Amino acid sequence: MSGHNESILREPLITGKDITYAQITDDILLPVENKPNKAWWIGFIIALCGATLWVVAVSYTFWFGIGSWGLNKTVGWAWDITGFVWWVGIGHAGTLISAVLLLFRQNWRNSINRSAEAMTIFAVICAATYVVSHMGRPWLAYWVLPLPNQFGSLWVNFNSPLVWDMFAISTYFSVSLLFWYTGLLPDIATIRDRAVGMRKRIYTIFSFGWTGNVKTWQRFEAVSLILAGISTPLVLSVHTIVSMDFATSVIPGWHTTIFPPYFVAGAIFSGFAMVLTLLLVARKVLGLENYITMFHIESMNKIIILTGSIVGVAYLTEFFIAWYSGSEYEQYAFINRSTGPYWWAYWMMMTCNVISPQLLWFKKIRTNIAATWILSIVVNIGMWFERFVIIVTSLHRDYLPSSWAMFYPTWVDVSVFVGSIGLFFTLFLLFLRVLPSIAIAEVKLLLKTASEQSKKKLIDEGHLDKEQVDDYLESLNKFDSVNKADYTIK
Amino acid sequence: MSNIKYILGSFGDPDEMMHGIEKLQENNIKIHDVYTPMPIHGIEAKLGVKRSRLDIAAFFFGITGTLTMLTGVYLATVVDWPINIGGKTHFALPDFIPITFELTILFCAFGLVGSYYASTHLFPGRAPRVMDIRATNDRFIIAIDAKANADHAKIDELLTGAGALEVKYNERKYISYE
Repeated sequence: MSGHNESILREPLITGKDITYAQITDDILLPVENKPNKAWWIGFIIALCGATLWVVAVSYTFWFGIGSWGLNKTVGWAWDITGFVWWVGIGHAGTLISAVLLLFRQNWRNSINRSAEAMTIFAVICAATYVVSHMGRPWLAYWVLPLPNQFGSLWVNFNSPLVWDMFAISTYFSVSLLFWYTGLLPDIATIRDRAVGMRKRIYTIFSFGWTGNVKTWQRFEAVSLILAGISTPLVLSVHTIVSMDFATSVIPGWHTTIFPPYFVAGAIFSGFAMVLTLLLVARKVLGLENYITMFHIESMNKIIILTGSIVGVAYLTEFFIAWYSGSEYEQYAFINRSTGPYWWAYWMMMTCNVISPQLLWFKKIRTNIAATWILSIVVNIGMWFERFVIIVTSLHRDYLPSSWAMFYPTWVDVSVFVGSIGLFFTLFLLFLRVLPSIAIAEVKLLLKTASEQSKKKLIDEGHLDKEQVDDYLESLNKFDSVNKADYTIK
Repeated sequence: MSNIKYILGSFGDPDEMMHGIEKLQENNIKIHDVYTPMPIHGIEAKLGVKRSRLDIAAFFFGITGTLTMLTGVYLATVVDWPINIGGKTHFALPDFIPITFELTILFCAFGLVGSYYASTHLFPGRAPRVMDIRATNDRFIIAIDAKANADHAKIDELLTGAGALEVKYNERKYISYE
């Protein structure tokens, strides 16, 4: 591995001068080994207020039942399932980065996979709480499990996508957790070997006795690869099954075979946007500019344009098929979506998901941190509206005009949603404090092959094609963490 | 000198460490183990670590999951409580593909990771058997059994010659933890 120099045509994955293995450890563990700064405290207190609101709103729902939400007999699913699908979708980027990019040997995943996987786990926790609280009687949540019972024994309906969903989400959560934790072991051992006192004891327990000997590392790599191999179809299956919650019904607007690929693309789209929202801030506040570089940001933006465009094509295809089907119910569902009382939600979705991400075709925009950050939030707003549009606009005008209704959220609906964002950020900020936000061992792998300094050494040695060097130097212009003055040749 | 149990060659660079392994092996000095802060590719071939059979284990764990779900669903929907849904077959296999797939993955992942932890002796609270505390940070450590290889001066010379920043003589196998 370390003997081969990566081509100069590839952009560096670690920037900065005189980076050593020790410095990588120091830089990444800075927030873990020191007292948090003011920015962290401000963020944490705000997030904690949100999490408290979430506890209040969910407890209120448990106590008074889902009558405390704005649901009515026509619109039986609204903000709850919107929030559920939104969070599950956000979670998908973590697995995509850790598993799919590992299979494709995309080394740039090494510095973003850890926090993206953490994000997956926290997002799935937020999603799962929606599943439990929308049941109405959450203390009977175990009824979705195929357990022998006193009713005969009456089994769950294995033909139902809702049961499949329970299997999918719980498998997804536990496999993601395993993958994440196994990857964390070497880094927890690094913290352990630098800590003293009580901290050392705690990290000793959680490091599982990791020493980093040859056999453990070799097996570790085998396990990572197999887990990546099985997580890849898993992540695709999860959102496919989520989409089947709708697609297997006979509701116009839901009953469509395009849903599985369209939901998966949407999930990756929103997930990468959330990764950017979090990492652009974390990179700045934690001083990780050398590890999460402009190349990473630009690569993620490219995935956002791709998946955003797939989603855009899916919207148009849906509309076309509604017309082409000749089914007046289907046609009405779509006309109503775009021009009915919820037209504003539809056009919000179209603008945020299809139109504004197209700005990322411009290199100036996709390599601009402020613009990227704003667009990433816009995408997540759009993706929330997408789920809202699919769910509420398909339901609110059903077959009998006398039962047509609108959905108005109550304070509980809003608080559960806002609170879940608070919960997510609380968990993420705690994660940044106790565990390394970047996979230390994996980034060390890149130091001798794909770092700016190793490439600079190659250039300084001089046996490279002049044209390639010029290309490389030009590609460095966009990096905010590279000092171009260091390159004197030319 | 007789109390020394292990000699550690501490390298700052993985390539130099690999060079050190070659040097030691050329001189028939047996290497006890190597501790590194990151995976080193190609090292297992040098040290004769056998290919992992975890992939085979993973396959069988996965198959167990597949069969468990199919059997379970068959027992529930055909044997224990058949339900007539519009005259459709009780064992509607296409409907059970998603859940069978999920259980395959679940069993495969847990079986695989469980086997990995068991085979490399990783479990919560295990006392870490650390020889050099910097092996998880920035040093690449070659450990040599000092009792089995008597010529310590030669080992020192080989390690330093290969680029070791430091050669340690440990009187205890593992450094004291706590």
